[in-house]
Amino acid sequence: MAFDKMELQKIEVWDGNFAAAQALRQCQIDVVAAYPITPSTPIVEGYAKFLSDNYIEGEFVMVESEHAAMSGCVGAAAAGGRVATATSSQGFALMVEVLYQASGMRLPIVLNVVNRALAAPLNVNGDHSDMYLGRDSGWIQLDAFAPQEAYDLNFIAFKVAEDHDIRLPAMVHQDGFMTSHTAQGVYTLTDDEAYGFVGEYKPMNDMLDFEHPVTHGVQTEEDWHFEHKARQHNDLMTKVFPKIQAAFDAFEKLSGRKYNIVEKYDMNDADVCVVCMGTSVETAREVATEMREKGIKAGVVGLRVIRPFPFFEIAEALKDVKAIAALDRSSPNGAPGMLFNEIAGALFNTDKRALLSGYVYGLGGRDLTKAHLVSLYTELQANVDAGKVTTQLQQFIGVRGPKLAFL
Amino acid sequence: MSEIKKVKNLKEFSTSADRFEGANLLCPGCAHSIIVREVLNATNNDLILSASTGCLEVCTAVYPYTSWDASWIHIGFENGSTAVAGAETMYKALKKKGRLKQPEREPKFVSFAGDGASYDIGFQWISGCMERGHNIMHVVLDNEVYANTGGQRSSSTPIGSSATTSPAGRVSYGEKKNKKDMIAIMAAHQIPYAAQVAPNKWKDMVKKIQHGMAVDGPVFINAISPCTTEWKFDPKDTMHIADLATDSLVFPLYEIIDNHELNITYRPKNVIPVEEYLAAQGRFKHLFKDEYKYLIKEWQERVDEKWAYLNRREEARV
Repeated sequence: MAFDKMELQKIEVWDGNFAAAQALRQCQIDVVAAYPITPSTPIVEGYAKFLSDNYIEGEFVMVESEHAAMSGCVGAAAAGGRVATATSSQGFALMVEVLYQASGMRLPIVLNVVNRALAAPLNVNGDHSDMYLGRDSGWIQLDAFAPQEAYDLNFIAFKVAEDHDIRLPAMVHQDGFMTSHTAQGVYTLTDDEAYGFVGEYKPMNDMLDFEHPVTHGVQTEEDWHFEHKARQHNDLMTKVFPKIQAAFDAFEKLSGRKYNIVEKYDMNDADVCVVCMGTSVETAREVATEMREKGIKAGVVGLRVIRPFPFFEIAEALKDVKAIAALDRSSPNGAPGMLFNEIAGALFNTDKRALLSGYVYGLGGRDLTKAHLVSLYTELQANVDAGKVTTQLQQFIGVRGPKLAFL
Repeated sequence: MSEIKKVKNLKEFSTSADRFEGANLLCPGCAHSIIVREVLNATNNDLILSASTGCLEVCTAVYPYTSWDASWIHIGFENGSTAVAGAETMYKALKKKGRLKQPEREPKFVSFAGDGASYDIGFQWISGCMERGHNIMHVVLDNEVYANTGGQRSSSTPIGSSATTSPAGRVSYGEKKNKKDMIAIMAAHQIPYAAQVAPNKWKDMVKKIQHGMAVDGPVFINAISPCTTEWKFDPKDTMHIADLATDSLVFPLYEIIDNHELNITYRPKNVIPVEEYLAAQGRFKHLFKDEYKYLIKEWQERVDEKWAYLNRREEARV
């Protein structure tokens, strides 16, 4: 091969963005079409620099908007090769139209989403509003809690998305700034190990196979649209989890790092637990340990896979707890939070329905402090002791002014 | 370098291997299918095609059927150009990596879009593709109206045309703004080739398409596409209307090479009055009322001015 390999240390000090960029390099992406936006820009800048320094053989196209970025990715993926890009926030929102088209056309693009708030008011910091905006788009959504995971999950994403039984695009989420700009030790794979794991791209229905012309992006009306959508949903519901699990298993064999569809922490005997995503998982784990020293049996459940939603895995993880807090880092704007609703749905038909309360936190990059989580776990224990939810079902935490609670 | 296809006469041209099937749902008398066939038949090279949302798209790829015997993609209304640019980028990447399945074949990348999808909603995407220098050809099927959604005005709709969102009425003569000069805007991107074509002048069309496919870099083609439904003329008269358009110089046929060499490629032997072109279409019917006749005079003046301008540019080579 004409490009150069890169010698990596066993442990490199990388932030989440650079970790993702390195993963893209090691996957040898054929085409990246991208548009800059804070805080995801360094991912594609990283790819561009690797290309300039001959660590990649591929094409980078810096287009004129995120909509065009995803449009270019769709065209490139339909042509038949490995495609990735990155975005955040408003850029993600601008891409939304094409996200649905990418998944409906069954194109295995990998999108790194560095989570950031949605305006107005404008805000560059991390929350999960963009992640939530994408949740009905038909993409697989994986969530990294730290730079190491942002690196590893990119390999998982390609492995699953490009599987010919799946052929669905995948997002790898990481928290804006908290993960994307926070440098940590990241255990690396060698270039050969990484590429060996994801494997050579195997095209299917590729436009560049001139002997087999293909029509992409057809019109369907009431006669066929439903069948297409139903089939896509079916594949997400029935095929993706076994493939993700298989990819996790293979990755553990390669790297020694174990991933789970639902990440449980101290859940074996927990009475109270927090369910959350992103960097909050690590904070909650630390506080849970401290709560145990105070006699509260606390646990944490982190969602590694957001879409498809791990309905049964969540119910299983929560089956023995007495009180649960669902933490949503996105303003539900007139409803309970997404996690609250989905956990409620997962538990509703089970025998043991724990007390469930919802918390909205961290909007626009507001810190979720250990003190917040201490009082949250204390509230959950009070719910357990009282045998009912003693607060309102939805509380905003960490917001200035009078306490905000609803429902 | 791919070999340029030799086209001897219309009979041979119209019966050459066809990658766009007659089986489609376009209106009888629609010029779109004629233009598409003329573009595709101008080359023997493999083709990677796109269509932006619009008449052509909804009428040629209705699942489980397709009218396209070449790889084709549709994403949305605004991004057909970028879809093809993405495919062209992948072609370059795979060529570099030695992973093309048929490395000896040299595909041409063509995106088709209506005037709404090009002049309006897709403007930014096309501009991006032109500026970045993708080796693609963007062909506008210019029927001067949003025909697929039932006849709303676009920025290609000419003054005095009655469109559903700028209808002629008791106190209105219809569309108030003149057509955007998209060819000049595209040429200003310093692209190697921009041209206006018409389906009735098929030899001129083939020459321009072949020129466009031979150059390295983005190409912009504006094709007049008389619309029987929205321009309101009899379906059998499509080519007659196209003749009126080119012979009245309402649609002058010219090309701009590298944004400085402008060539007029068709000079009608007998230039007909613009009035004849307008009179043949229902969309301009109201202009023939006494109170709006001044608009016909203005039309003629505008067309004359544009023709004089094109001639000056051709002569000056600027």
